[in-house]
Amino acid sequence: MAYVPLADQDDAHALHDPDSFITKYVWSQDHKVIAIQYGGIAIFVGLIALGLSILMRLQLGFPDTISWIDPAFYYQAVTMHGMIMVVYLLTALFLGGFGNYLIPLMCGTRDMVFPFLNMLSVWVYLLSVLILLASFFVPGGPTGAGWTLYAPQSITPGTPGSGYGILLMLVSLGVFIIAFTMGGLNYVTTILQARTRGLTLMRLPLSIWGIFTATVLGLFAFPALLVSAIMLTFDLMLGTSFFVPSMIHMGETLEHDGGSPILFQHLFWFFGHPEVYIVALPAFGLVSDVLSTHARKNIFGYRMMVWAIIAIGGLSFLVWAHHMYVSGMNPYFGFFFATTTLIIAVPTALKVYNWVLTLWQGNIRLNTPMLFAIGFIFTFVHGGLTGLFLGNVIIDVPLADTYFVVAHFHMVMGVSPVLVLYAALYHWYPKMTGKMFNETLGKIHFWCTFLGTYAIYLPMHYLGFLGVPRRYYEMGNTDFIPASAQALNANITIAAIFVAIAQLLFFINIFWSLKSGKPSGGNPWGATTLEWQTPDTPPKHGNWGEELPAVYRWAYDYSVPGAEKDFIPQNEPGEEYEKTFHHKGGES
Amino acid sequence: MSHNESLSSSSPTAKGVTGFIQDWSADKQTYQVPWGKAMMWIFLVSDTFIFSCFLVGYMTVRITTTEPWPLATEVFALSIFGSDPIPLVLIAIMTFILITSSGTMALAVNYGYRKDKKKTVMLMLATAALGASFVCMQAFEWTKLISEGVRPWGNPWGAPQFGSVFFMVTGFHGLHVTGGVIYLLIIARKVSKGHYDKKGFEIVEITGLYWHFVDLVWVFIFAFFYLL
Repeated sequence: MAYVPLADQDDAHALHDPDSFITKYVWSQDHKVIAIQYGGIAIFVGLIALGLSILMRLQLGFPDTISWIDPAFYYQAVTMHGMIMVVYLLTALFLGGFGNYLIPLMCGTRDMVFPFLNMLSVWVYLLSVLILLASFFVPGGPTGAGWTLYAPQSITPGTPGSGYGILLMLVSLGVFIIAFTMGGLNYVTTILQARTRGLTLMRLPLSIWGIFTATVLGLFAFPALLVSAIMLTFDLMLGTSFFVPSMIHMGETLEHDGGSPILFQHLFWFFGHPEVYIVALPAFGLVSDVLSTHARKNIFGYRMMVWAIIAIGGLSFLVWAHHMYVSGMNPYFGFFFATTTLIIAVPTALKVYNWVLTLWQGNIRLNTPMLFAIGFIFTFVHGGLTGLFLGNVIIDVPLADTYFVVAHFHMVMGVSPVLVLYAALYHWYPKMTGKMFNETLGKIHFWCTFLGTYAIYLPMHYLGFLGVPRRYYEMGNTDFIPASAQALNANITIAAIFVAIAQLLFFINIFWSLKSGKPSGGNPWGATTLEWQTPDTPPKHGNWGEELPAVYRWAYDYSVPGAEKDFIPQNEPGEEYEKTFHHKGGES
Repeated sequence: MSHNESLSSSSPTAKGVTGFIQDWSADKQTYQVPWGKAMMWIFLVSDTFIFSCFLVGYMTVRITTTEPWPLATEVFALSIFGSDPIPLVLIAIMTFILITSSGTMALAVNYGYRKDKKKTVMLMLATAALGASFVCMQAFEWTKLISEGVRPWGNPWGAPQFGSVFFMVTGFHGLHVTGGVIYLLIIARKVSKGHYDKKGFEIVEITGLYWHFVDLVWVFIFAFFYLL
């Protein structure tokens, strides 16, 4: 019997439209509802992490003003802020949120290949979030070991939350990894196996390439975190000695013997560095589409953009120990990892050039999503350049564990992906709701956020050069730090509070527009990709009505000379059909 | 890959590297396999990373620990009917059983594609039974070691990490086998109820992929824990 692809077997995946409130909005198997559930949960925990960062800033800017922030709480806030932002907000929102929403729509399918697994994924993710938040309410509070959870410090008495707190953190990470695996297998399989007719891999929008590569990275990198979490749990609960050497703690010799603390760091960063790109690659993809659409110009060097994403993904597994230059590992490792780190800058820089060249001579529309996208190019270049400093062993050694590092990674993987998230949320908001947001409010939100983040993070570079160490509860009597550093810290705190409050504008905007926004129509931006061509806005269950769309061209036919409009949707047949079909990608 | 001819929209014609690229960049499907099978392969690659991390962790602690590593030939010896302890006898039987179960699984896949439901179900049940007996013997082995004083935090012969990694890695593998047995039983039941009569029996092969993977992992665990 000849094998018929599943996407062509109509009866194999007949749609059962949900008929009750529960199946429609709670136990929903529709990728769009799941995406919004993922997004809602992620933004909710993200706000908690934002609140924690403000508490940290208050302590740093105005020491001893708030009596209940003690050193233990400060460390717990640092830890939870970092872990929530990196894993539970950014990873979940980019892959669980935008991945779920955009993959089936951009690939022209009716849903993910395994909708039930997809539904499980979001609920298991919620479970992991609840376990994580539960650690605020257990004796000892959440773990205060720093988001890297370095052993043996994280499980040694004396560290805040070294009992229940760290245990709940490890369990929560394990549950999160299960949730991610269920979702991630779905994303990868959908992109590889279920694309609609005519949609070759080299015609995919860059958003999908970014999400796809990031998901593959996640499937290969999260295992290292899972294994280190299991081993650390055993060290904590069973008294094994994987990571704990024999040591004297508070005058007592601990029971442990012969473990390797560096092993934990290797395992953690074998996950931790790809994790940076799990967050960054979807951001690269989404921002490419936003820039191209609002510049009314095809993305510059599409093929190179795709190869750059893949190259970054591959290289990201070879750079992990640049986080460990001062850990005491073999110094020759530092040479190797500095080299690979600088090599990874090449495809990354290529992407930045291509974004700028996409803007070059474009018909740029400076609306809110575009402003956020352009803002991303600024912050990303900024954070990327400081990365070159830290990638070199000899410059990293004096700068390690100072505010320079804090400034670097907040610019490159804090602010930059968040700016893309806002760009993407504003960009796809009309498709998700059918309403247009308030443009003025959006622009005010952008300028407050963009300038505000510079007010926060630029001074931190200077603090770093002064040698102000990071993760310190307060400076104390430190002779080498001038008193003016404290004034700078107070300024940063005020800027941080200002930026945090400015985020309210976003929430006011989306909730107000949900009710009172103008109807946006199906394709308000004049975009080419498939999700803007759905028969209904917001798309109904099944996305495409009677018939799946067929794709005749790449995703970036903007301002084609001689064309009627300044964009040609991917599913529009035409004279260009032959040309684009034979030159996959169709650079015109 | 033999059914490419039936795909009118994207039948690759070229061979070699060009054909490979055409396969990959064609529309619709990158691999001409069902969704579930593609997903199982991707999952197994991910799972490979988990076991690799475990084994790398094991090698690292074995190198870094300062105390001597217990001798596998002595620790894993078993006396049968009052004989002198025979090295590795139990583990040899366990390995033989697990490898045999891969054989019965492969036969089940074969009969599945021939739509011989009865033989498929019988062979899947045989596979599950062999898997279950493997887990039982592993439980016996654990009991014996525990009664001799091996604990996750120490043992009578040397480095405490021996017990830690042994219980952790064989336990993690044992969980995989147990999960596989349950998975096999569920699928066998569904096959016998005629659940796949219309859909086709790819599911048996997908189950088989998982089962063979678990066996393959065991080969590495066997080599690294018992032979080295």
